[in-house]
Amino acid sequence: MGEAIVVTSGKGGVGKTTTSANLGTALALLGKKVCMVDTDIGLRNLDVVMGLENRIIYDLIDVAEGRCRLNQALIKDKRFDELYMLPAAQTKDKNDVSPEQVKDMVLELKKEFDYVIIDCPAGIEQGFRNAIAGADRAIVITTPENAAVRDADRVIGLLEKEGIAAKIIINRIRQNMVKSGEMLDIDEICQVLAVDLLGIVPDDEKVIKSANTGEPTVMDPSSRAAIAYRNIARRILGDMVPLMLLDEKAGAFKRFRKFLGIG
Amino acid sequence: MAEKQHIMIKGVKEGLVFLLDDSCELDLLLDELHYKLEKTHQQLLTGPLVHVHVKLGARQLGDEDKERIRSVIRAQGNLIVQSVESEPAAGSELLQPPPGIQLISGIIRSGQTMEREGDLLLTGDVNPGGTIISTGDIYVMGALRGVAHAGVSGRTDVIIAASLMRPTQLRIADIISRPPEEWMSGDPAMEFAFLNEGTMQMDKISQLYRLRNNPIMLRGV
Repeated sequence: MGEAIVVTSGKGGVGKTTTSANLGTALALLGKKVCMVDTDIGLRNLDVVMGLENRIIYDLIDVAEGRCRLNQALIKDKRFDELYMLPAAQTKDKNDVSPEQVKDMVLELKKEFDYVIIDCPAGIEQGFRNAIAGADRAIVITTPENAAVRDADRVIGLLEKEGIAAKIIINRIRQNMVKSGEMLDIDEICQVLAVDLLGIVPDDEKVIKSANTGEPTVMDPSSRAAIAYRNIARRILGDMVPLMLLDEKAGAFKRFRKFLGIG
Repeated sequence: MAEKQHIMIKGVKEGLVFLLDDSCELDLLLDELHYKLEKTHQQLLTGPLVHVHVKLGARQLGDEDKERIRSVIRAQGNLIVQSVESEPAAGSELLQPPPGIQLISGIIRSGQTMEREGDLLLTGDVNPGGTIISTGDIYVMGALRGVAHAGVSGRTDVIIAASLMRPTQLRIADIISRPPEEWMSGDPAMEFAFLNEGTMQMDKISQLYRLRNNPIMLRGV
């Protein structure tokens, strides 16, 4: 029996889909059998980020309404044999599926996969309730902005009410802005939210590029965000991995010293 | 059967109301109920469907016992039990704040509200967007980052104290205060807010005794 993890945030645009895609891929990279479920019905994105849009035949609503079997709707990834995704429907909306139906699907998927990663839509309405219905634990994404932290706090409260343990990922950190005090720092966010920190992801332009090419960032080991996602995936598996250092400047300086032969 | 009647059956517009005595034993009540339905009130059983409301008086019953009453009545085909209710326990007890301070631990997150009667001690944080309300004092052992409303029913002699005072808004009785425009403290010490001639003020917790005039009995010296 596998484990279902919902990736949620409350606020939109903080990186739920990007995180889902990258964590799913990173877990597959570590040899796990993974299925990603897109519950953002009506605004599906996960397939685009994964570059699998043109392979969709059936979707989550088709399964819910009995037009196909669950296995028929699953799309195999083009890079990994053990990575699948269940796409959302684009023509319906969130009210066309019930939390019980999603829960049944997730339960069925858990029998077959080690990890089921559920990509949650923004907001705390029906779509959110659908997404968390079958989840064993939750990853709450936030960014170092007050609005995102507020929404994350609200979502953590709702998850606690449902008895789902949440951990947070702080996404899109810009170290130079944190240092100058223009951005919330990690300790401050953790103090307010008072839950375990699963990882931090630096802001990286390569993430945008890879989302557009349909190739998850995590495949490119030269990207700092990729390393961050790989670390998070290892933490999900239970490894102890230290938080990555965000000091880019020191890194560049060190490289320069190494180049001169004095480092 | 017992000479004193423990069950009264009244007809009302919606159907029948069974008034059950609240001072006798439950088993006696059930026996009598059984007897009445089977022996003395047979005319009830032959009519059309009748809705029944059961009133237990001051007697408080668990779900199991309520179910026993239901099943006795339900056994007579045409009676449908709509409700089994007790009157709330003597009203005055509920209205009065429980004595002493109420201790609660937890985090009040965005969108959540905690409301209590009397003085309240929260061990945990109140996050931005969260609200804590009481009719008495509020003490937060943790960070107060949300909204706190003390003396919600009108008391003005109450205080709001917090280990880390960073509220979005403070309210005492009907006075609303908005930091940091009205006051600002960068003080890491525990502080409390109180009303002084209708305006909110802030002071160190060590000064609270001056406000309260509590006689302090110290041993020694």
